[in-house]
Amino acid sequence: MKCHYREEKRVQVSPPLTRGPSAFIPENEVMQANGLDERTNLLVEEYSTSGRLDNITQVMSIHTQYLESFLRSQFYMLRMDGPLPLPYRHYIAIMAAARHQCSYLINMHVDEFLKTGGIAEWLNGLEYIPQRLKNLNEINKLLAHRPWLITKEHIQKLVKTGENNWSLPELVHAVVLLAHYHALASFVFGSGINPERDPDTSNGVRLIAVNNFCVCDLANDNNIENASLTSSNFGNVMVFLQIADSLSELEALMERMKRLQEDKEDEEASQEEMATRFEKEKKESLLVISGAFDDEIVSTDVSRYIEDPGFGYKDFARRGEDHLPTFRAQDYTWENHGFSLVNRLYSDIGHLLDEKFRMVYNLTYNTMATHEDVDTTMLRRALFNYVHCMYGIRYDDYDYGEVNQLLERSLKVYIKTVTCYPERTTKRMYDSYWRQFKHSEKVHVNLLLMEARMQAELLYALRAITRHLT
Amino acid sequence: MEKMARVTTALGGNTLSGRTMFCHLDAPANAISVCRDAAQVVVAGRNIFKIYSIEEEQFVEKLNLRVGRKPSLNFSCADVVWHQMDENLLATAATNGVVVTWNLGKPSRNKQDQLFTEHKRTVNKVCFHPTEVYMLLSGSQDGYMKCFDLRKKDSVSTFSGQSESVRDVQFSIRDYFTFAATFENGNVQLWDIRRPDRYERMFTAHNGPVFCCDWHLEDRGWLATGGRDKMVKVWDMNTTRAKEIYCVQTIASVARVKWRPECKHHIATCSMMVDHNIYVWDVRRPFIPSAMFEEHKDVTTGIVWRHLHDPYFLLSGSKDSTLYQHIFKDASQPIDRANPEGLCYSLYGDLAFAAKESLISSDSNRKPYIGDRRHPIFFKRKLDPTEQFEYISSSSALSVFETDVESGSMDWFVHTAKQYALAGRPLAELCDHNAKVAKGLDRNQVAQTWTMLRIIYSSLGNVSSANLNHSMGKGSAALPLMNSFNLKDIPSGLGSESRLDRSKGESRTENILMDSSSTLINNEDNEETEGSDVPADYLLGDVEADEDDLYMMDHENPHAEEQEYSLPQEAFPLRHEIVDNPSALDHLQDKADSPHVSGNEAETVSLTPVESFSLISISHSLYENRLPSDFFSPIVRDTLLFYAEQGDVQTAVSVLIVLGERIRKEIDEQTQEHWYTSYIDLLQRFQLWNISNEVIKLSTCRAINCLNQASTTLHVNCSNCKRPMSNRGWICDRCRQCASMCAVCHHVVKGLFVWCQGCSHGGHLQHIMKWLETSSHCPAGCGHLCEYT
Repeated sequence: MKCHYREEKRVQVSPPLTRGPSAFIPENEVMQANGLDERTNLLVEEYSTSGRLDNITQVMSIHTQYLESFLRSQFYMLRMDGPLPLPYRHYIAIMAAARHQCSYLINMHVDEFLKTGGIAEWLNGLEYIPQRLKNLNEINKLLAHRPWLITKEHIQKLVKTGENNWSLPELVHAVVLLAHYHALASFVFGSGINPERDPDTSNGVRLIAVNNFCVCDLANDNNIENASLTSSNFGNVMVFLQIADSLSELEALMERMKRLQEDKEDEEASQEEMATRFEKEKKESLLVISGAFDDEIVSTDVSRYIEDPGFGYKDFARRGEDHLPTFRAQDYTWENHGFSLVNRLYSDIGHLLDEKFRMVYNLTYNTMATHEDVDTTMLRRALFNYVHCMYGIRYDDYDYGEVNQLLERSLKVYIKTVTCYPERTTKRMYDSYWRQFKHSEKVHVNLLLMEARMQAELLYALRAITRHLT
Repeated sequence: MEKMARVTTALGGNTLSGRTMFCHLDAPANAISVCRDAAQVVVAGRNIFKIYSIEEEQFVEKLNLRVGRKPSLNFSCADVVWHQMDENLLATAATNGVVVTWNLGKPSRNKQDQLFTEHKRTVNKVCFHPTEVYMLLSGSQDGYMKCFDLRKKDSVSTFSGQSESVRDVQFSIRDYFTFAATFENGNVQLWDIRRPDRYERMFTAHNGPVFCCDWHLEDRGWLATGGRDKMVKVWDMNTTRAKEIYCVQTIASVARVKWRPECKHHIATCSMMVDHNIYVWDVRRPFIPSAMFEEHKDVTTGIVWRHLHDPYFLLSGSKDSTLYQHIFKDASQPIDRANPEGLCYSLYGDLAFAAKESLISSDSNRKPYIGDRRHPIFFKRKLDPTEQFEYISSSSALSVFETDVESGSMDWFVHTAKQYALAGRPLAELCDHNAKVAKGLDRNQVAQTWTMLRIIYSSLGNVSSANLNHSMGKGSAALPLMNSFNLKDIPSGLGSESRLDRSKGESRTENILMDSSSTLINNEDNEETEGSDVPADYLLGDVEADEDDLYMMDHENPHAEEQEYSLPQEAFPLRHEIVDNPSALDHLQDKADSPHVSGNEAETVSLTPVESFSLISISHSLYENRLPSDFFSPIVRDTLLFYAEQGDVQTAVSVLIVLGERIRKEIDEQTQEHWYTSYIDLLQRFQLWNISNEVIKLSTCRAINCLNQASTTLHVNCSNCKRPMSNRGWICDRCRQCASMCAVCHHVVKGLFVWCQGCSHGGHLQHIMKWLETSSHCPAGCGHLCEYT
């Protein structure tokens, strides 16, 4: 662990002293895992838009298999044939990242935006961009925080013929980008990605506007919250957990998984119970929440890219409000419906995303912490479905009781924070769950959360587009 | 539903009759299935599970199987199947992974019979054995297929698809023990029901999930599969390796396929997304469905032929919550709406025309194509007596008309395209230059237009009025018809035949000719007489009356291409010049490697023409009482429209680009876009790639600007193993070798790679260039004499 971390927390301007790509993961973990192997380098060489090995890539390279499909799809949406002009793509990425105040991604894409010939003026904020792009704000906001609110009316408004209308392929491209960067922001915060140690500020490429961004960096943000968290109630609970507990924690989890697998046939929950279990899980996700963050400080560097900054995730299952219909996963699946639509309007991206989703869902090394030869399918499915559950997507064929058994409370807190309010993620949250697990496994968790979130957003958006089409 | 047909068919004592009809369901349907006697249909979905009887005039709800206070997920059906042996037996696949059987013979309200909860994920498909009463098969998302004996509580055997989700299972009709299963990864497996340990056969049928399959009802080795890749494929399973015998490309992913009873080659399909229609294809004619039912307003989820031996009744359920009975007589037949004639030009002005034989071949002594490209040629497809299409005869003839190379010459177009200057200089200079180009090519009216544009927009004075008059006079003189079919070369026999053909072909032939004239004759020189407005008979008369005259005229007016013009140096510089192009966001790739500052430079530079213009106009307005140039905008607009209308889109686009902002607002976006696309298309047909790129870059239409970004991929094969290199251009994934080494410096080439077409050695552009300046041999030492041009 890095000990510089806490000491530096009050210093706003200085770059973080934690070396390496992540503030959460010790540098040697990342380096040793990938050893910057040849494969990663080749991948970076091929797919990186910036031409350098950025921190995200470094952390992801722990899972090289996945990295390939990730980079490939990202490269495709940023650089290959597509309906949107290149600077638009990067600007949309900026808009998406700004929803989660992810300055890391914003910085990165401000650079790319300029490099691809974007108009520097746009970087002054939303007032300076064309109305057409501005119209994306609404859908960006909803998609980021409450995708279930997207209706076909939103789509209609965007594609309605007029001066600033979006064609469907353009819109799909934009939606894919938005979802991708919302989800990637989750990953960035969830894995505590450090700001890039700027190798090329000197070459005169950066404009003044860019330099503003370098000031705020992730580790500092986290430090502020760290401080506030120690005083918040649940933070305290974590502090007292002992290492000894964590060992038994792991054993208990293994035990539970085994039991779930075996008992499957014996104990058959009644149908009503299954239904209520989903509701329960949905409701419980309500309680799983960190302290109050109402007075969030959004720096102006970020806020100029967003409208309505107060709009955030609101629990799908909040009581006392209109009952929103649950999204039945079987009625609109990625494999059957989402894929076909997205691929029709933005060719080939479907295959790339499909491969990425499959990859992350099936990725396993059959290990759990120190144990080997473990079938982690259950655990992966629980993580994936729990994220979807928070977005109100229900799988008929899933027993949500499993989520409760497999995902401990601290993990749920982490999941919820990373997927719904990634900007509030702290190192403490990251450390407090699954303490016996390896960092690479936690990165795997982050990948699962990221992809689950992206798929959930895409499903809602694509469903709205489908409804618009019919 | 006006055109309703009443159909009655007798099927061995069992008579089916009915009309196209539908009923509203309360909820979207996921699947439907019919009872053996074709009198009842069951509809199942997430919130519906009902049996309807099919009456003469309507559907009548018979039974609601969703009973109980709180409907459980067991009722949420993904699939339903009605046993073809026992009319009381049904099975459903629930989205929560339960397989349920239903016994309609039960006296109680709840007909639920057995519950199998062995699958862990959604069950996608259930299927009864065609002859065995108690055998039920299910396929699930969890990757397992299970066979149930309905007399027992648990499954009899489990077949593992290796954790690949099963999308469909179907018992073979021929082999008692065989069933086919389709998978999400594109595979199809054949299993023997007695051997659960391993599949008998497996092959990859589709790219992506195979959603459905269906065994042919008669030709028993045939299996049809439909996939997300929008294909329907028919496999012959009789051979040791499954052989694809037919393939139909649809427009959306295929959700269901069902062979049409009694019609060996017909198959009904519906799609999972976007497309709501049901198609019936003749698999031998994969390009156009033979029938189409367009009633549904949302995707069709279930289709089933009403009776096993009746090809005229199709039932369908849909997400739009309706259940339909379609009668074949009411089907729409896309073939009726399809254009049975095809017409296409080649680059050299040859015209191919395909049409139904009856329209063309009243002429019996026409000779078939004998290989001489100078003559009109005819292909004829004989009707295959074994093929029997219900609706159309498929015999058609293809005629190819050739134009004489000389007369069809479009050299003026090429020259103009190459020589016009479109940007990079002040407006006045551009106009002057272009006027000169046009004049040089004897296109006086165009030259005049350019001159006038200059006067209007920059009024640099001193245009000689004499010049004006002169050109005017010349413009109105009779000008030769440059392009027409020149039949002179055709030997008399054939020539007269083809002429005969034309006159007999009547209106149709006229059409071709008219089309040809309006497309081919893009020449300003004859705008007085030409244009698409020209009545067809005039042209036709011309051609038929006096071909020799036409020919003579061509001779009298020597062609422009005989004159030599040197290209102005700055017309199309190798490096892109920077233009005032506010809506062009995408010439970024060019700039990607240059520092951002260049963006600013771009803006200042681009302003130059405008500035110079304003300065000039001010100085002149001192002594000239000028009208504002806006005053002429409508006239200029009309001019452009006129040229475009005449088919000279070149002039229209060139003027548009040169004038830029001054005129852009006068013409609506769509028209502009249309012009640009036409011009670019023409340029590309003449392989003027650089110029077409120039035009794309200079265009101010967003849609056009994007063109430069599309298809920028170049696919290469590895020089070692000759296989495509999918990932990067310089290293091969398979043989792990760097494929493109520079022969000079022996480093990998990642940027521009130039290679000799003779010996295929090459390397960095710069290196090769340098090398070949001093040496004439290949740098690789292969001894080839390479050339760098």
